[in-house]
Amino acid sequence: MTKFKPTTQTIAMTRRNFLGATAAGAAGLALGFPKPAIAQGAPLKVGLMLPFSGTYAKLGQFIENGFNLYVEQKSGMLGGRKVEFIRLDDESKPETATDNMNRLVSRDKADVVIGTVHSGVAMAMVKVARDTGVPLIIPNAGADEATGPLCAQNIFRTSFSNWQPAHPMGKVVHDDGHRNVVTITWRYTAGQQMVGAFTEGFEAAGGTVVDALTVPFPEVEFQALITRIATLKPDAVFAFFAGGGAVKFVTDYAAAGLKGKIPLYGTGFLTDGTLKAQGDAATGIRTTLHYADDLDIPANKSFLSAFQAKTGEAGDIYAVQGFDAAALLEAGLTATGGDASAREALFGAMAGARIDSPRGPLSFSAAHNPIQNIYLREVRDGRNALVSVAGEAVQDPARGCRMA
Amino acid sequence: MDIGTFAIQLLNAVQYGLVLFLVASGLTLVFGILGVINLAHGVFYMLGAYLAWWLTVATGNFAVGIVGAFAISFVIGLALESVFIRRLYGRDHLSQVLLSFGLILVVDELRQMVFGRDVQSVPLPEWLSGSLPLTEVLNYPVYRLAVSLLCLAVAVAIFLVIRRTRIGMVVRAGAENREMTRALGIPFDSVNRYVFAVGIALAALAGAVIAPISTVYPGMGDGMLILSFVVVVLGGIGSVPGAAIGALLIGLIDTFGKVFMPELAGILIYVLMAVVLVVRPTGILGKREV
Repeated sequence: MTKFKPTTQTIAMTRRNFLGATAAGAAGLALGFPKPAIAQGAPLKVGLMLPFSGTYAKLGQFIENGFNLYVEQKSGMLGGRKVEFIRLDDESKPETATDNMNRLVSRDKADVVIGTVHSGVAMAMVKVARDTGVPLIIPNAGADEATGPLCAQNIFRTSFSNWQPAHPMGKVVHDDGHRNVVTITWRYTAGQQMVGAFTEGFEAAGGTVVDALTVPFPEVEFQALITRIATLKPDAVFAFFAGGGAVKFVTDYAAAGLKGKIPLYGTGFLTDGTLKAQGDAATGIRTTLHYADDLDIPANKSFLSAFQAKTGEAGDIYAVQGFDAAALLEAGLTATGGDASAREALFGAMAGARIDSPRGPLSFSAAHNPIQNIYLREVRDGRNALVSVAGEAVQDPARGCRMA
Repeated sequence: MDIGTFAIQLLNAVQYGLVLFLVASGLTLVFGILGVINLAHGVFYMLGAYLAWWLTVATGNFAVGIVGAFAISFVIGLALESVFIRRLYGRDHLSQVLLSFGLILVVDELRQMVFGRDVQSVPLPEWLSGSLPLTEVLNYPVYRLAVSLLCLAVAVAIFLVIRRTRIGMVVRAGAENREMTRALGIPFDSVNRYVFAVGIALAALAGAVIAPISTVYPGMGDGMLILSFVVVVLGGIGSVPGAAIGALLIGLIDTFGKVFMPELAGILIYVLMAVVLVVRPTGILGKREV
């Protein structure tokens, strides 16, 4: 029987601990006495804890559609077992995340939880998953910790760690002939982890980061720092912004006349889902990500056309991450004959899964983070066009993970 | 930092300050004259940006977008005042906060249903989309200068209306002493409606004008709302010149803070506010002018 170490050192029985303990107890019971319900074909309860409202609503919707697409392709079953969904809107609010996750696990008795986009919410989910042992698949949030110091047998990720798309960019920028670079990002976890990984890769290749500029999150007034970049005159700029901030930074950068004089690089989030709003200002920006829309492999082509047929929208990286979460879960359930309570076997099969993903070959590290290609893309004609593979089978260093 | 760079950063600071003033001016009018705390100010800023985007793309004319956003929001403001806001005058601030918070949720949901949740950008007309070279690498967008001029024009207009017109006199009298103004038979209540509508319309105008620079996205008003309150409190509640001074101060502190003290940039303006409030609890120009 797998043991799950409690994450907190406190002995006091708070409500949270109590819920966790109850759930762990329930999990133990389930392990000891396989429910006859499974034999009768009771559906597998999959908790989808995603942002269905707020800034990230669109991302949540694409992840869910991607997951559903996979399940539909398997006639509504994963590993031969019917699937039933429990949807929960996490609103990207870390403060209610622990309660929401506990509700899914303890009250709704979710067999598996899929979630989420926002890293703060995901970290709360990771903690509950560690306490209760419930299988958790993270379909987006990139916080390094989830497959680093907080890694666990029951926690998997089908997206990326913040380190992953940023680190290979260091070599790309150096290979493009740039030696002195300025970095700019929001001062919060994702931004700092990505800039940190880029700096690591760039300095290892022999480059120098002249200045690391930051803006308070989620502020979008960049003019002062763009002026600063113009005075420093670096060879290139590496930026991490996303969503509205990415659009504004890229357009401000072009409006200030820096576009074409100081090349702009970033992780894919700088130009993903934002190209329409960025328009010509984004042309020529090079980014690295674990996906490119025009990836010319059969898995991607069939995925994109199926997604288009189902939703009427063009599939993107978020849909792929949801799709792969379902594929990963199926890999586990196939090995256990649809039994999600046979956890040791389930996790073993998931960890060893090899998935023919729309993003290319996908497998998992000892820390349960994806091992995947990182692609270099360049914005041309309003698309993130594939340039080359920036890193093949890139693996996160999983710093602080005891399983790695 | 050489003198040229310093001058450019100063230009950035003043430009940012003027934009902040434009956003905060409507808030300080409503707050100072009607005594209503309008938390929904930020959401109307966002609505103005979405209206400008929608009208500009639909008609192909940027001016229609700006004027339309202002006019539509003005009408919405009139309707809201008649139905909801007028019941709040003299009520405690909790009711006002609750109602305007409700407005945030409703307007935001309507925005989601009507305009969707994608990030949008507003195309600029040719003559505004150029830029002036400042150094060999740095240009300054013409549109930013145009926005600054508009902000100055709005500031002067508000000042003149309040200081030099009969309506302004009624507004000042009502803000000074509501009961006495009513007792003297001055039609303060009917002026209220227009004050509120202008406040909302100014928020929307700010959103519309800034939309081409800032891009249009859900939640864009949230940060602006907080900054606007800082401007209003710093300048002195209800004081339009105070708001102008407060906004310029924040522009300076924020711009140079980001350059010289990036670790503290996020809190510098709040430190400034705290210091000013310790020295002058009513704000820089509080309780002396309207």
